[in-house]
Parts: sequence; C-alpha cells; structure tokens
Amino acid sequence: MKLYLKIWRQSDAASEGKLVDYELDNVIPHMSFLEMMDTLNEQLILKGDRPVEFDHDCREGICGQCGMMINGQAHGPIANLTTCQLHMREFKDGDTIYVEPFRAVAFPIKRDLRVDRSAFDRIIMAGGFVSVNTGQAPEANGIPITHEQAESAFDSAACIGCGACVATCKNSSAALFTSAKISHLAKLPQGKMESRKRVLSMVKQMDDENFGHCSNTEACEVECPQQISVLNIARMNWEYSLSSVLKK
Amino acid sequence: MELNAKIPPGPLKDKWSFYKDHAKLVNPANRKKMDIIVVGTGLAGSAAAASLAEMGYNVKSFCFQDSARRAHSVAAQGGVNAAKNYKNDGDSIYRMFYDTIKGGDFRSREANVYRLAECSAQLIDQAVAQGVPFGREYGGYLNNRSFGGVQVSRTFYARGQTGQQLLLGSYQALMRQVAAKTIKLYTRHEMLDLVVIDGKARGIVVRNLDTGEIERHSAHAVILATGGFGKIYYLSTLAMGCNASAIWRAHKKGALMACPSWTQVHPTSLPQSGDYQSKLTLMSESLRNDGRIWVPLKPSENRKPNDIPETERDYYLERRYPAFGNLAPRDISSRAAKERIDAGFGVGPQRNAVYLDFSKAIKEQGKGRIKEKYGNLFDMYRKITATDAYVEPMMISPAAHFSMGGLWIDYELMTTIPGLFALGEANFADHGANRLGANSLLQACVDGYFIAPYTISNYLAGEIKSERLPTDHQAFVDAEVQVRAHLGKLLAINGNKTADYYHKTLGKLLYDYCGLSRSKEGLIHAIAEIKKLREDFYNDLKVPGGEDEMNGELEKAGRIGDYLEVADLMCQDALTREESCGAHFREEYQTPEGEALRNDEKFCFVSAWKWQGEGQEELLIPEPLQFENVELAVRSYK
Repeated sequence: MKLYLKIWRQSDAASEGKLVDYELDNVIPHMSFLEMMDTLNEQLILKGDRPVEFDHDCREGICGQCGMMINGQAHGPIANLTTCQLHMREFKDGDTIYVEPFRAVAFPIKRDLRVDRSAFDRIIMAGGFVSVNTGQAPEANGIPITHEQAESAFDSAACIGCGACVATCKNSSAALFTSAKISHLAKLPQGKMESRKRVLSMVKQMDDENFGHCSNTEACEVECPQQISVLNIARMNWEYSLSSVLKK
Repeated sequence: MELNAKIPPGPLKDKWSFYKDHAKLVNPANRKKMDIIVVGTGLAGSAAAASLAEMGYNVKSFCFQDSARRAHSVAAQGGVNAAKNYKNDGDSIYRMFYDTIKGGDFRSREANVYRLAECSAQLIDQAVAQGVPFGREYGGYLNNRSFGGVQVSRTFYARGQTGQQLLLGSYQALMRQVAAKTIKLYTRHEMLDLVVIDGKARGIVVRNLDTGEIERHSAHAVILATGGFGKIYYLSTLAMGCNASAIWRAHKKGALMACPSWTQVHPTSLPQSGDYQSKLTLMSESLRNDGRIWVPLKPSENRKPNDIPETERDYYLERRYPAFGNLAPRDISSRAAKERIDAGFGVGPQRNAVYLDFSKAIKEQGKGRIKEKYGNLFDMYRKITATDAYVEPMMISPAAHFSMGGLWIDYELMTTIPGLFALGEANFADHGANRLGANSLLQACVDGYFIAPYTISNYLAGEIKSERLPTDHQAFVDAEVQVRAHLGKLLAINGNKTADYYHKTLGKLLYDYCGLSRSKEGLIHAIAEIKKLREDFYNDLKVPGGEDEMNGELEKAGRIGDYLEVADLMCQDALTREESCGAHFREEYQTPEGEALRNDEKFCFVSAWKWQGEGQEELLIPEPLQFENVELAVRSYK
C-alpha cells in the first residue's frame, strides 16, 4: 500500500506547529499503526531528518501511553481500540491519513504527537486511592464482596488513563477518567468510607486543571479503549451532589 | 571475593521471623533525615517507594514513562499466586515453596523462596485493602485459577488484567504519598549512572527525557526496581522502553550480575508475521487451563485447522507430559513447541506457530463461560489477527518474556555495593532457572511491600550519622562528565544505520544462539558476532538531533549500546554453564528423551559476574546453593 500522511510537527510547547506531508510506500496490511510510524521514522532518520516523536510503550493496549488523533478520531477509525492495536488493514492503498496529537488545554503538546497528561496524575493524587498503609490490611476474605459488585468495580477500574476521552470530548472534559476512579472505589467497601471527601477533592482538581465540563454527548464512551461506561459519570454526579449537600 | 548471601540462622520456616526480630531499626525522628532513591515505578518500585514513605523516609521516585502508572507491570495478565489455600486443595506455604524451587529447577536459594511463599498471603490482603477488584465467587469470596507447573489452584486474578489492577493499587499508594509530599516523583527521567562514594551507593545521574537536562540526585540508599531486559531479544513480550541500562551501569560500578542468560521464553505469544514487527503480544498462560495445544501429525500440513480430523492431530504436551498436560511449566512447553516447529510441524504462513484450541472447552462449557473467563484475550486476539478464536484455534509461538537473571542480591535484596538494592525482576533470586506463572507479580510486590522496608531500615540504621551529600561532590561531577561524554560519543558517530537496525540484528543473534536452545559452538559464534556488531555500532550508528532536547533515538541508542554488552555476558554465562537447567537448555546436555540434564555435582551454584573493566573478560564468582530442606530431584512433569 502507498499512503499519504499529514502529520502534526511541533518542536515544543512554545512553538507553532503545522501539518507536514509525507509519502510512505510498501505499507503492509498486517503492520500496526505504530509499526507504520516506525517505518516512516526509519526513513526520516536515514535521510537526516528528525523523526516524529510519539508516545508508546507496551504496544498491547494496556499501558495507555500511546494515543493519536487519526483522521480526527482518537486512536483512529475503530471504536474501543488503542492506537497500538490499530492495524493498517483498516486503511486502503492511496489513503490520505491525518495524524495529530490529543488536543486539550490541559494536555499541552511537548513535541510532535507527544502531550503532557500529568494532569491525570494530579487528579489521582487528589484522592484516587484508599488511605491504607502497607501492613494495615485485614484478611482478604474478611469482607465478602459479591461477584457482581467486584465485576462492576473492575469495569470502572479498567481505565488505562490514555486520555482519548478528553481528546474526543468537544469540551475537553476529563469526566470519564475522573468518574471511573471515583466509581471504582465507591463500589467497594474498602473505598466507600472515603468516597464523600474523595469526590469533592477529585472534581475540584479536575476543574483546577482546566478540563472542560461534561455536557453528556457520550462521545467519550465510544472512543474509550476499555469501554468505560458513561454511567460512571452519572455516579460521579450523584456522589458529588450527595457529598456537597451532606457537607453543609 | 566470596559471596555471602547472609541467610539467617534457624529452621527454614523461622528464618524470616528471626531476621525481622533482629533487624536494626531507625527511629521515626531519624527517618525524616534520610533520603532514599527508587528507580522504577512498577510493582516493586512503587510498592517500595510508597511503603518507605509511609514509614517516614524521604523518597525520590524515578521512571522513564510519562506516568508512574504505565510501568510494564501493567501488562501482566494472568494472575498472582498466594498460598491462601482457599480452595482447600492441599496448598500450603511449604507446598508453594516446593513448587517454586522445583519450577526453578533447583537453582534458587531455599530461604529466599520460602520467604516469598510466606509473604504471599499478606500481599492478597494488602491488594484487596487498596481496592484491587480480584475475581470473586458468587458467595462473595475470592476466586482462584490454576497456572502452569502446579497441581493446586492458588492464582488470584482480576480478569486478564491482574498486573494492571495490582499496579494501579501501588501507583495510587505512591500518588497518595506524592500528595503528602513524602515522595518526590520524577517521570520521564532515565537513570544513566550510579554514584558510588566510599564504596557505598550514594546517588544517581539522570537525564530528563523531555528536556535533555542532566540532573544529579543524592541519597543514603538507592533502590533499582527497573524490571527485566527480555527486550534485548528485540521481539519480545516486553514494552518498547524496557531496558537493562540502570542495572548494567550499576554492574559497571561494581554490582555483580547473576545468571544473565536465564531468560524465560513464554510459550503462548502471537507468532511473528514480518520484519517490520516491533513486539510479540502475549496471550495469558491462563488460556492453557482450557485450551489444548496441538500441531498436525503430518509435516508441512496445508489444510485449515478445522479440516484436520482429530486422529491427525498431535496433542504433544498431553502426549509427552500426561500428569501436567497443557499446564506443563513454561520452559518445557516452549521447548516442546520449538521441537515440533523445528521438525517441520509448525503451522501458519511462516510455519512458526502451534495451535491453541478451545473447541473442546467450548463444547463442554459453552461459549458464554469461555467468554467470561477469557473474553478480553479473545478480543485482543481478534484485534491483532482479525481471526475469531471461538471458531478457529489460536496460533501461538514462543517469545522472550522474563529475565530470571539480574543483579546479584543477598537475602536483604542488597547488591554487592552496600546501599544499592535491587527489587523485582531487576534482581536474581527467587525464580531460579525458570519462573512459574503468576510468581512475578508476587515477587515484585513482596520485595517492595514486605521485604525492602525491613532490610533497608536495617542498612540505614548504620547510616544515621552520614550527612546529606551535596551533589557538587567530585564523584557526582565525574559521573556527569562520563554520562555527557557517552551521549556525545553516540551523537558524533553520524553513520548510516539506525539504533533499531542494531537492536533487531542483536535480537536475531540471541534468539538463534542464546534462546530456547544453546550449544557451545553456537555461543562461541554469537560472541564473535556480537563483538563485530558492537564495533559496527560505534562506527556506523546514526542518531539524529541533539543532546539538550527530547530525543527518542538518543534514548534508544544508549539502551542498545548497553544491550550489546549485556548480550556478550549472557553468552559467556550460557557457555560456562555446562548443564541444562530450566530455561537454560544446552544441546550437549540432554536425556535420550530430549529433557534437560542437570549437573548438580558441578553446577549447583549461581553464576555471579564481576565487571573487570572495558575490554576485559568478566570474572565468574560462583555462589554455591545449599539445599537443606529439599532433595535435589529430577524435575519431572510426566
């Protein structure tokens, strides 16, 4: 396959960026999207050009490090998939592909396709944990948790923190990410105790980081590689209202 | 030089208690004055950093990823072992200890392995308290599954994402301490050198990967929890950034490396499909609970798998190892697959795979039940291969996976440099010559949560009088000069080949000569080839860009430069061990049935290697293994 790529190039947060055209021959349908990018970079390096910087690590869809806007869609055309798991068989010979970074005020561009997602870490710091020290834990079977409860908590906990929800949202809201952690911990007896304080503090941090508000378009769920449900957002809102009222 | 593992006295089951009862402590007021550096934020690193910070120490934590949550522990799928005996199926600490010692082919320390089993139950308690959503039965109690090499069900799991969930638990514990300002976290920082002053580890030199800035950090103790280096094979189940650089640079500063050639090759990974490929995706070993492995009876078979009748299939694991069947340990399963593939029975377009078939399980249990157990793995398989494994068998192949070898450590997890500790996969200790499935998450967690807090305090108790070191100390200045010179050297070559070219070439050499099977002739050949490749690397490498900026190629080049040296030592290590044990299979030493032939008389030791300087051969220092509680037996799964 031959591809025409339009890739966002930007040297650092302070400079202007632009889309640059590249042509790439001999793309094989079995290649992953990132392997296609590797192939391009190999050619750029040998020509003496600076390769395209992009985030990636595990390349099996779980670390959450990779993420690009591909033809305007977070992680590309297939729903619920990370960029590393997208394969070139989804494209046709002669296609033009636009490759851009995840865009949000809260995710400043570092270089090319790499963005700074440390805002997510600070949201977790604000309360996305159970306050238990090493050594304090009681016997694991001491508090039974139903199968359904554990599975439901897992569904929320499965978030990989890639930021596709933010990049997809027209408001750049981090509601899906934040609510997934709030729900995961609120659904379990171990996390329930701190849930009121947690939701207020995490939501405040989310606002402080300049993420936008959620306006219920549900676009995030469509792109989320882990299919995190927007019902988590509903739970967050409920927990938030309850905690705000009870605080007074 | 004699190696002293510092095993506590007394009966096996009392050794850890004895140690804890007699370890020196640091009082809370003094802990505040002591700094600890932790490199790596995987399970071992984040667990240690959080636990030590909770105790009151000042911790600096470093990772090369953009968030601590992305360390490669995140990718472990199947589960974590613990001797809880919730299944009432005969499990116990001793049983788990024995399985692990036997699984490692009697090449690990009894006391270390016993402690691992002893601390396992506590880990499950800790993880549940953190909110890790392990699989549960309908009555509300924790569930277990089986894993290879054992006959009990002791594996706790969170669907196929156990590593991710455990890591989120320890990451959250870490971030809680970052919020409490007891940990200072440096993401996108890579350790480039260790600073040793008066024989003790006192700091590190790191590079900020976003800006290219070189920084110096001092401490009273340094912990390396930097994971394994299976990525040296290029095609592996590891993340692209996994590397040996931190431990290798510590090795060159005096820390001994133990058994570096012992690499686990995982039997159930997706096969290679082309030269462009950058990684091999793992399919959890848990699939072997219900999947049956087979190849066609006829070589170079061209029929589709579903068209091959039952009578023309060779379920070779069930045939060769009836007692364990498809749940034979990893080294044995991988070797058996290689044997069939090499003999011409491989399947797939490149004839480099075997089938993993679920049709019997689906018939017996229904598609729904199989989906519930392995749904995410079947989905992943479909995403990557565009094949539906509910209808057609999966195609799988062995892939480099886990480093049993690593920095040599004593019972206290301390390397041969006082004050330098190695935790998790970065060390050599508990797994011997082959790791059992679901023991890696366990070891990383136990090292970080439950062992390091005791042993590091014991060390620091002797350091309470040592002042905080200013980083303008000459040793820091020298280390930085060295680091900068090395980066400059890589950039100045300006040749014609990319770092990836060298990595791929090296990986192929290691797969061929220091992989699943090794021979004297092959290893000697590989050593010569690696030497040539290394010379070519320093003559013809091309790294674009500069030193004082984000430069992914410069990062890669540094890691591959180190890999070229590690690879040489791996081959030396494999060459000098004239026996077969676990993952180390020397073709010259096998039984008539093709099983590994150990030589306990001559090789019942850990090979620890000492760096002797550039261009010098490393010195082998053996640490004899003493078995007082188990009998050295032929490891049979038949």
